[in-house]
Amino acid sequence: MTRGLRSLIWLAVLGAATLPVVIAAFSPYLAYRNPAYIVAGFAGILSLSLFLLQPLLAAGYLPGLRLPLARKLHRIIGAALLACLALHIGGLYLTSPPDTLDALLLVSPTPFSVYGVLATLGLIATILLVALRRRVRYGHWRLLHNALALFVVIATLIHALQIEGTMGPVSKWLLCGAVLIATATTLINERLLKPLRRN
Amino acid sequence: MHTPYLNRRLFVTATAATLATGLVSPLHAASLRPTKTMRGGSNNYRPNAPFVDKLGDGFIVSGRVVRAGDGAPLPKTRIQIWAATTIGGEREPRNHGSVLTRADGTYRLEMMQIVPNFGQPHAHLAYDDPAFKTVFLRPVMPSARDTSLTVDFVLAPA
Repeated sequence: MTRGLRSLIWLAVLGAATLPVVIAAFSPYLAYRNPAYIVAGFAGILSLSLFLLQPLLAAGYLPGLRLPLARKLHRIIGAALLACLALHIGGLYLTSPPDTLDALLLVSPTPFSVYGVLATLGLIATILLVALRRRVRYGHWRLLHNALALFVVIATLIHALQIEGTMGPVSKWLLCGAVLIATATTLINERLLKPLRRN
Repeated sequence: MHTPYLNRRLFVTATAATLATGLVSPLHAASLRPTKTMRGGSNNYRPNAPFVDKLGDGFIVSGRVVRAGDGAPLPKTRIQIWAATTIGGEREPRNHGSVLTRADGTYRLEMMQIVPNFGQPHAHLAYDDPAFKTVFLRPVMPSARDTSLTVDFVLAPA
């Protein structure tokens, strides 16, 4: 891989991950919100960006990054996603307890809440699976982790796309598209094409 | 919007139909069903919001309050309104106010621009007094850029 192409890939990935956050930082709505609500919103946006990096790091697709380091970053970002989830729900609860409880109890009038709860459950299940890493056979563990990751990503995308908030609509759609492509490409390549090629 | 409350267009249609028949027949009267409370309608409700002339500038919440069945306008009926606006969220006291309906059952409150809150631009309205059954509404604005919202109430006797 040429140095130019390598730089281009990094630029595209980091640009796709950071630009939506920067655009949201200029949203006029921020001026109307309390700090807890702002933190909750950005924890959600940041999670969306981190979901773009996760599959690329897990599969070692980012050029110049050795797999052990990429995997280490994947684990750190996994922990960061859990922290973001806590900030997201915690910040929303401080902003409006009844709206947040409605969402968690699945009686919210907003159609996207249920997808947020599904993503939350999927992420918690992922954390439990990570804790059981040594007790589950690696072949099974990998598939379970992949299935949960796909579930969490799709639920998150549906959740994010229906929300009218601080994110710019165009950058949100582009980031969601990038996350879906990165996740799907990694899963198809690692779990379908590579095993087929080996046989 | 698939909301169960009556909007102005429906009201105009119903009124026109009534006028066209020349009398208020029981058939038409029966069609005026009470407005149902919406999910999440009472969230961040602060009972007995103070009566105000206005809460701010630029956004108009208005509508008409009538009695279920015969559709008679209900004057001097208290409607409580709150929403997340440019001066703060739904729990901000300055975003809560009450108004009384006029002789023709209409009410109107000017407030600050409503902004999306918890993912949707919406307002909260309540009828919460003894004479009729309590109704909490949470209408969603078709666009966050809208500068007005019309919300009608059809109240059933308590």
